[in-house]
Amino acid sequence: MSARHEGPAVLSAFVRGVGLLGPGLPSWQSGAPVLAGAAPYQPCPTVLPAPQALPAAERRRTGATVKLAIGIAQQAVDAAAIDPVRLAAVFASSSGDGAICHEICETLATDDRQISPTRFHNSVHNAAAGYWSIATGATAASSAICAYDASFAAGLLEALTQIAVSGAPALLCAYETTYPEPLRAKRPAPDHFGAALVLVPAPQAGGLARITAQLSDAPADRMSDPRLELLRAGIPAARSLPLLRLLARRESGRAVLDYLPEQRLAVEVLGCP
Amino acid sequence: MRPLLVSRFTATSYIGRGIGETAASLRARRSGLVPCAFETVRLDTYVGEVPGIAQESLPGELERFDCRNNRLAQLGLRQDGFLEAVRESAGRWGRRRIGLILGTSTSGMLATELAYRRRDPASGALPPDFDYAATQNSYSLGDFVRRRLGLEGPASVISTACSSSAKAFGAAWRMIEAGWIDAAVVGGVDSLCLTTLYGFHALQLVSPAPCRPFDAARDGISIGEAAAFALLERAPASLDSGSILLTGSGESSDAYHMSSPHPQGRGAREAMEQALAMAHLSAADIDYVNLHGTGTPSNDAAEGYAVSGLFGPAVKASSTKGATGHTLGAAGALEAVICAIGLTQRLMPGSANTLRLDPELGLDYLCETRPDERFRRALSNSFGFGGSNCSLVLERAA
Repeated sequence: MSARHEGPAVLSAFVRGVGLLGPGLPSWQSGAPVLAGAAPYQPCPTVLPAPQALPAAERRRTGATVKLAIGIAQQAVDAAAIDPVRLAAVFASSSGDGAICHEICETLATDDRQISPTRFHNSVHNAAAGYWSIATGATAASSAICAYDASFAAGLLEALTQIAVSGAPALLCAYETTYPEPLRAKRPAPDHFGAALVLVPAPQAGGLARITAQLSDAPADRMSDPRLELLRAGIPAARSLPLLRLLARRESGRAVLDYLPEQRLAVEVLGCP
Repeated sequence: MRPLLVSRFTATSYIGRGIGETAASLRARRSGLVPCAFETVRLDTYVGEVPGIAQESLPGELERFDCRNNRLAQLGLRQDGFLEAVRESAGRWGRRRIGLILGTSTSGMLATELAYRRRDPASGALPPDFDYAATQNSYSLGDFVRRRLGLEGPASVISTACSSSAKAFGAAWRMIEAGWIDAAVVGGVDSLCLTTLYGFHALQLVSPAPCRPFDAARDGISIGEAAAFALLERAPASLDSGSILLTGSGESSDAYHMSSPHPQGRGAREAMEQALAMAHLSAADIDYVNLHGTGTPSNDAAEGYAVSGLFGPAVKASSTKGATGHTLGAAGALEAVICAIGLTQRLMPGSANTLRLDPELGLDYLCETRPDERFRRALSNSFGFGGSNCSLVLERAA
């Protein structure tokens, strides 16, 4: 294992594909120029794609969270031109599917209490990971992690750690869907948002950048456009935006991402020529 | 990855608070899952409800985290000198060099279920005292335990249904290997709630009797609750005899179905093979397999097929869920700790409630607890919804 050393860890990987879906950011292809500052940001509600990769019977059963996660994971995997079957995957989200949670809690608050079996198994935090595996035939390990507002950095840290230890590529898929009322009042978020990265251990033709992460005491970077900053601050998966901005510019630089109260995750980006 | 020292471990479930009571129950093959009288639940099923959760009180400054799951977490943390062991470890490595990775499936979901009964009749709003982040959210468990232990290192919660807390061991191990941290608190906490009781019932996976893993007449799970923790540290150059090591971990996905396992246990077998490979062991080196063994017809059939296919029909194996119930996201950590107890005390736990073994399942399934002075290596299986599989290998140092 080459990554091990004494003292603070510094882990690297190469970004090979990106997936993006959020308000006014309908894909990485059309969102990257906006994040790079080359095109105007025009906010409009996030539109979730139907998960075409799933069999029709499964597709009918999926809610917003699964649609979002599979949509961005598929974008990133397509961009990376990588076979998902043996691709390890880290799914990071601060919550499961809010609509399903609401429906279950509403039913359980009545005398009837007969909840739908499909809703129940779709309520698990790893539902998106499970459907992704079914959709793509992926049999490699997949995880579903949560660190509340720190979920993106926690997911990135886990993906980089897996790559350092295994020497194999990994997919990071970070996503967040909105809660309906009355939960929304307790956990407000402006819209659905997701970002996915295919990360590989060694440089390959067509890669976007090398990223190197370490823990840091520096404050998290903000977005200069106040509307994008609203997304960053309001949606855990959008805490990725300062990193995505650098990747979109295809520039070298440093993005400090929100993580835990005591520390942030600083990511050095070295653009690939 | 280099083996880790499991320097401290503890478990609290229906069969006992801490190692002593748990070991005594395992020796006596005590179960006593009881007819469900939890909250207002009216279901024809048995549960493993941990006594004393209602009496557990959180420190004042952590009051906002108050919910059944975090109370159970604290009850578990207070056993076996675990709090003191973590404090010592923090003194040795530093607070920022100790990670925290826990598993749960439902965290403080019960708090939300109860809050939904107290919605404002006019507006539908949830009550002002309901704190989503500190109770329902999956990370509530991690946030609470991290604060309770005074740790400042990397932290997250894994929520992959019933494999959650087994995977926490693997994730923490990778973080130590990669150099982020020197030690980690891992574990799992899951507590009874209406979502899982009614949800598994809706899927027709709940037995009307105490669950009977690997029995020919098995007919479903009994839901339990548990808190189990372990402190993982870089192994020192020389080990005390009887020390417990984590030497293997394997993870895979079924890519088959959301709530049913692959019929031949394809993913299960891959996870076990990976765990053995990481431990540099062959199947014949494993003395005992702690099965996932939930007691549903299809889960046990798939696992029996995978385990006997890999280890052969002579491997000693049992499920301890007949004793503890299925503790869902806590099961991986609970059963890893049960393996550690078994290795320390040289006993292989027999299966409670299983009366008439299913002859189709082809294992040396232990219905009696068996003392074995040569017991050195155990493999523990945890499989969850979404086809999420994890196997761990634990060894006793010679």
